[in-house]
Order: sequence, then structure tokens, then C-alpha cells
Amino acid sequence: MINAVGREIPDEILEITGKEGFQGNFYMDDKPVTKIGPTIRPIMNNQKSKLVANIREALIKCEAHDGMTVSFHHHFRDGDLIVNMVMKEIHEMGFKDITICATSLGKAHDPLVPMIEDGTITRIESSGVRGKIGEAISQGKLKGLAIMRSHGGRVRALTTGEAHVDIAFIGAPTSDDYGNLRGIGGKADCGVLSYAIVDGNHADHCVAITDCLVPYPNFPAHISQTKIDYVCVVDEIGIPSKIATGAAKPTTDQRKLLMAQYCTDVVVNTPWFKDGFSYQTGVGGASIASTQYLAEIMRERNIHMGFGVGGLTKAMCQLLDDGMARVMLDVQDFDLDAVHNLKNINHHRIPAGVYANPLNKGAVVNKLDYVVLASLEVDVHFNCNVVVGSDGMITGAQGGHPDTAQGAKCAIVICPLLQGRIPAICTDVTTVTTPGESIDVVVTDYGVAVNPARPDILEALREADCVPLKTIEELRDIAYSIVGEPEKVEFEDRIVGIIEARDGTVIDVVRQIKEIKQPVVYKKRINKRRSNG
Amino acid sequence: MEIIKTAVAGTLESSDCMVTIEPAQRGLEIDLDSAVIRQYGKRIMEVASETLDRLGVQNARVTIVDKGALDCTIKARVECAAMRAVEHDGRVNWGGVIR
Amino acid sequence: MTNPNKYRLRRTMMFLNCQKPGLIKDPYIYKPDSIMLDLEDAVAEREKDAARYSLYHALQEIDYRGVERVVRINGLDTDLWREDVRCAVAGGCDSIRIPKTENADDVRTVEYAIAEAEREFRRPAGSVLIMAALESARGVINAMSICDSSERLFGIALSGGDYSKDLQISISGTGVEFMGARQHMIIAARAAKVQCFDTVWTNLDDMEGFRREVEIIHSMGFDGKSIINPRQIPIVHEIYTPKEKDIIFAEKVIKEIETKKAQGIGVFTVDGKMIDIAFYDGARRTIALAKASGVYKGDL
Repeated sequence: MINAVGREIPDEILEITGKEGFQGNFYMDDKPVTKIGPTIRPIMNNQKSKLVANIREALIKCEAHDGMTVSFHHHFRDGDLIVNMVMKEIHEMGFKDITICATSLGKAHDPLVPMIEDGTITRIESSGVRGKIGEAISQGKLKGLAIMRSHGGRVRALTTGEAHVDIAFIGAPTSDDYGNLRGIGGKADCGVLSYAIVDGNHADHCVAITDCLVPYPNFPAHISQTKIDYVCVVDEIGIPSKIATGAAKPTTDQRKLLMAQYCTDVVVNTPWFKDGFSYQTGVGGASIASTQYLAEIMRERNIHMGFGVGGLTKAMCQLLDDGMARVMLDVQDFDLDAVHNLKNINHHRIPAGVYANPLNKGAVVNKLDYVVLASLEVDVHFNCNVVVGSDGMITGAQGGHPDTAQGAKCAIVICPLLQGRIPAICTDVTTVTTPGESIDVVVTDYGVAVNPARPDILEALREADCVPLKTIEELRDIAYSIVGEPEKVEFEDRIVGIIEARDGTVIDVVRQIKEIKQPVVYKKRINKRRSNG
Repeated sequence: MEIIKTAVAGTLESSDCMVTIEPAQRGLEIDLDSAVIRQYGKRIMEVASETLDRLGVQNARVTIVDKGALDCTIKARVECAAMRAVEHDGRVNWGGVIR
Repeated sequence: MTNPNKYRLRRTMMFLNCQKPGLIKDPYIYKPDSIMLDLEDAVAEREKDAARYSLYHALQEIDYRGVERVVRINGLDTDLWREDVRCAVAGGCDSIRIPKTENADDVRTVEYAIAEAEREFRRPAGSVLIMAALESARGVINAMSICDSSERLFGIALSGGDYSKDLQISISGTGVEFMGARQHMIIAARAAKVQCFDTVWTNLDDMEGFRREVEIIHSMGFDGKSIINPRQIPIVHEIYTPKEKDIIFAEKVIKEIETKKAQGIGVFTVDGKMIDIAFYDGARRTIALAKASGVYKGDL
């Protein structure tokens, strides 16, 4: 079938997965949805200890088996040691055909590639994959399908039973012997455990892994003892310097600052920028700079933020500390300042489901006025691609992109027009990961384009005369005029992954990349000219 | 134009390319290594071989390591490497073989 | 006929190393009035040839979207500058900046080479303009004759680094050491009806100092400033943007002068100020600046 963003989704994929093609953002609105709970083993025996000696014992006690699904969270980001530690044990125990259901996978997990190659891991469900795993999937090394779903989509899949986790491994900076988990107080603090809360609620077995055992009760718990079967103490769960880094130094890259300025100009000249507005932004240099520009204008005009949400940084938390924002809602901390800022009583942890699950009774993203996002590619239909590189290789993650873009009244995507020679604004994105109907404004270093579906925004910006307005086609044409139109990247027929829309429909598929011989050798034999001498 | 020695031009910085030209006996061989080979490989080869044709380079082994250079940069680097490889020193035929 | 570009707006002239493709591919997004593509100091000695090939193709193929393309050639004391001129003229540059200009003969020497290149590469005679950078005590003292040296010369620029070495002083950041040169140069430039540009500010960590300096040179009458980083552009443009009251006043002056002239009245008052025809050019300049800065929406 051809879905609502014009992508061909082969019927066999719909059959195998039991899914429908993407029908548009509000397809599931107001439709009945049934939630499904886990099958658990109650602990009534007050003599029973939850402590296990090692991961292997936990695996045995949780009835690990071939074909099982194990889950992980990514709060430890590039400093994560849990995934590799658990998978190494699973690999050594000889289990096969494992599905990994992670909130995200990154470069830290490159050691999983051999396990993909030998059939230990045959399916991956994640918000995306960076690093070598992405390449392996694109090269067709994963036997089953990779499923990419957003943070909100993952919660949806677990609560509806569409995805089922046999054993969840929840890394926790601190735990007591009965499984009360907190994101702080340990050696490798990540602040919050928001992405793992749904695993606690919906996995059959939950194993807490910590490197900092504290006396009972570890309260207030971010994940409760009532969810945890076993607690395993290990030497190290993560590398602190790679989990929550020091706050990023303000960028001096003029291109990013230019885009940040345009972005701020868009925000302050659209109707939702008034006292009590809500805002989410990212961790990139342009996003952080734009938050700082925004703060200046908020002070000038005495406008306060009602709430900020998302993965948080120093720049956002500063607004809270300065009394410029009323509340911060936190699903992830990108720097130590954000972790420390959790002490502020108006800085609240929220579960990923509250943040972004499309199929609950209204997630926080629905209340967003502005979200500032990035993208690898945006096409002339405003479709975004944040997962597959322009070269066809899986290289990124959906994260909360589709969730916040749909939820926010004004979704702004910042991306430089050209990434090296690659045009970020193009005729058709390599893979659609966020539908164009969710995207309202695209900010580039060459100008700003407004989705024609949003005449209100276009009118406001035209009136304010604050940014160089271009149509999205104009931006694409500028890009192509500078770098030339790219050749279409060639793929094999085999589908290696699907991109789920928030509601579980299929928005696009990812195909296996075609091998090319590199370097290309171009030989041109020229007949020897007749010699005159 | 007879390549008489190995010469290099360009850098490995972003938006640049490094071109190496070596003497060869028969014909022209171009090797390309580029992060954008899937999207722009053909175009880069085209620009490089046209430039070499214009310069009259018939026998050479050319290696291009591309870091996302635009066509104008690829031309400039190929020309510079070729001119160095023939030890050209003096007035350049701007708008003639260089264009 | 005077080249119509001779008196164009040049508030900011951004220095770019020709040898860096990443820098020269799209500087226009930062909206400088001019860019200065450098073949001289920024380019290492053994890359002088490479920089020319880059320059030629950049000039030929990159659409700089109306930003003036000035090329800084190597000094007249090198054997590089003649080929630099040929390359820049062949590529299609708008202007050539002569470094280390000592006297009027230097300008005329380059002018001759430019004229020759214009013929060789079939560009209209007089299409390439010249600016002269004064980098020594002698050059500064000769400002007047340099300004008068050529119809192609649109302006002179102070080059503070070399000038301060020649003066045997170091740059303080207060501008005190440049006071004489600046005052002398602006007077010479105005006398010859050419433009005058200030030197670069190199400390990017001190944006406040930069702003103070731009305010000073703006009030001294400089037409613009050489800059080394896009971050400096909005500050210069902001300071050079006429204030609203000045625009309104200029508008009134122009309109009044035009009507009063028709009535044969030579001196009159606007907002209580004594006005005559001598105010006309200044008022026009204010409106032109306001237009360039995007703050003038009127019909003048």
C-alpha cells in the first residue's frame, strides 16, 4: 500500500507485523484501546531475598530462554555498561534468537555486532541505533526486522502488548536490597529513570542492576520495589563522564548562532509566545544558543515559561533557577547541571508515557506550544528523517521527535541547509520518520520555511519581518544549485527495518544498503598518440 | 601534459579534498574515496576527468580523498596537483585550460 | 564614467582565506557588505598557487548574492602579485585590495596591471576597482596622494597590525595609538571623496571592546570596518543603522530642500535647525544606510 506520507509499504511487511500503514496523525484519536499487563511472580514470602550474585543467576532465575525479549533503557547514554554486560552473559550462556527492546542504542553498544552476526540477537526494537549496530542492520546482518519507534511509541507498544518484554534489565544509580531505584545518589547518576518506568510496569521479570546498594528504603523511589524481581550489584553500571557530561560550552560556530537567532525570532514572533508558554528544545549547539537568546527576550518582555519539558540541559534549568520558568518536566538529563537541578522543587521527573505515549488519555507533549528539533533531512513535504543517513545507513534515533512534533502547536526544525555536500532540504527524504503534517517551521542558515498548512504562522512571521522567509522548495533549490542534485542511493529489495509512527502504523521501511566497491576505480585508457619525433 | 613527479594538493578538512597525482605509463586511472560517494560519486569522477582532459593529462594515476568538496574545489585541487606535478611555474591560462 | 560600484555601501568587509573551501563557499549567509578573499597573509607560502586555483573557481562558480568580492593580492615586493591580479580579474572579482600601499605609484602600478588583465580577459575597461591598505607610517602620511592616485580607487583602509609595528608600539585596545592615523586618513579620504575603512579587531573574546571601537570609528566618519569573524557583522551593522529620529529628520530635509529649491529659497529651518543645500548629501546617505539596514520603508 501507499501510506499517508506517500511511502510504499509492501503488503508482506504489513502481514508479517500485523500492522497497518500510516493513515495520518489522528487516526487513533478517540478509538478504543485495550491495555495489557505482565504476568508476574508475586513475592509473598518475607524470607525471600531479591539479591542475586551476578547477572547469570538473574538470567537463570528469570527463566531466560531462546527467543526471549530483553529490554534496556538509555539513561546512561554513551556511558552505558549494562547492555554489553547482560548481552555478554546471554551470549556466553548460548541463548539464541534474542530480541532486544531498548529505548535507544548507541556507539557504546558496538560490541553487540558479533552477536548479531552469530544469531544471538535476531531482532532489535529501539528508538534508533547509532554506531556500528546501525551499519550492521543496514548491511542486512540482523536476521529479523529492526523496529524503530519513538519514545512515546515504545510506551504505547508495551502497554498495548504489541511488544512484550520477558526480562527488563534496569540500570539504577542506587538501589536498596528490595529494588527501590533512584537515578541519583550513586557513582553514575543519570538523574531520572523515566524511560524504564514502563518496563517496570509491563515486563514479566525485572532485574535491577546497580553499583551502589543503599540501605532500605531508597526513597522516594523512582521505580518501586513492587516492580522488581531481583537486584544485582555489579562493579560499575556506567562511565560517569559519558553519562551526564559537563554543560556544553556555548557554541561559537556562527552558522549555528545564526540559526539559533532565526529560531528565537520565530518563537518570539508567533502567537503562543506569551506569559505561561511551554517549550521543549534539544541539546545541540543551535538549540542551546537559541534558548539563551530566548531567555534574554523573556526578560526584556517579562514573559515567563509555564513549563519546559524533555531531555533537559543547563540552559533550560537556568530558566527555572532564575524564576523565568515555573516548572520543568524531566524525562532525561543531558548534563550534570540538569541532574543537580532536580533538587529544585519545581523540577519534576515524569515517566516516558506521561511525556509522550500517544495512546493514553493525553500526554504532556499535547500541551506543548513550541518544540525545537533537529533533523538529518527535511523534504519539500516537510517530512523529516532522523534515523537513516542520506547515504542510506541507519545512523540516528527517533527519540521524542515524532511525539513532540505532533504534540506541539509550533514544531520548529533547525538544520543547516548543507551538511558538507549533503543537502538537508531535499525533494524526498531517504526515510520518513516524522510526517510533514507535524512540522510547522524549518529553520536553516539560508532562510526559514513555513509549512503552507500553517498560514497563521506564515502570516505572523511575514508581519514581523524578522527572518528571511523562503518556501521549502526555494530552500531545496538553493541547496541543489550549490551542491548539485544528489544521485538516488541504491538499496537492495530486502527490508531490514520498519519505522513505526507514534500510533504503531508503519510510516516507512528501511531497506538493505547496496554494497559499493570503495574506492571506485575509474579507468580510462587513452590510445597513445602517434609520436612525432 | 606529461606528469613528471608525484604531487599533492588540498587538505582533508571538511568541504575540501586531497588530490594526489602520480606519473603512470598508460592511461588515466582515478581512485575516489568519499563519504558522499553514493550521492555524488559519479559527479566527482566526471568533474575530475573533465578537468584532467582540459589540462591534457593523459597518463596519470589520480587519487582523490573527498571530504564533501563542491565541484569548484574539486577542479581547483585537481588543477593545482596537476600543475605541481608538471612543475608548472609562471603564467596560468585562466579561462583557457583553467575554467 | 565612474564605476557605479565605486560608492556602494561597505560597512563590513569580511576577511576570508582563499585556501579554505569551507570558508569561501557561502559567507554571504552572514550578510557582510563585502568579502575580502585573501591571497596574502592568510595563505601559507607554499599554498599560494593552490589559493589562486580556489579563488578563480570560487569567483567563477559561487553565487555570492550581491556581496562585493574584493581580492587581496600579495605585496608589490613579491613576485606573486602580478599573477594574483590576472587570476582575480579573470575570475571576475569586483575589486582588488593592495596591501602595504606606500604611495600613489604603488596604486598606479597595480592599476596598470589590472587594465592589462581586463584587456586580456575581455572584461570592460574600468570594471575592477581598487582599494589601498595603508600599513606603514609612510603609507599613512601619503594618504592624500594615494586617495588621489586613481579613478579606480574607491577607498583606503588602515591595517593596524603592520602599522603598529612600524610605529614601534603595541595595540592597546583603547585605540589611542591609532588616533592620528585614523584622523589623518578620514580627512584625506573625505577630501578626495573616497571611502575610508578601519582596521580589524582581533580579540573575539572581547566583543564589548569591539563594539566600543566600532562606535568610535562610526562617529569619526569611517565608512566601515574590516572584520575577521561573522559574529562581528551584526554589531557593525547595528551601529551603522541610522536611528529613527535621524531617518525622519533626513526625510524632512530631503523633501524640504526639494520643495524650497523649486521655490528659490536657499536657507530655511527643519525642526528648528538651520538647513541649506549642504545638508542634502548627508540626508541622502542616511536614507541609503537606512534602506540597506532594512529599517527604511518610505518612498525616497
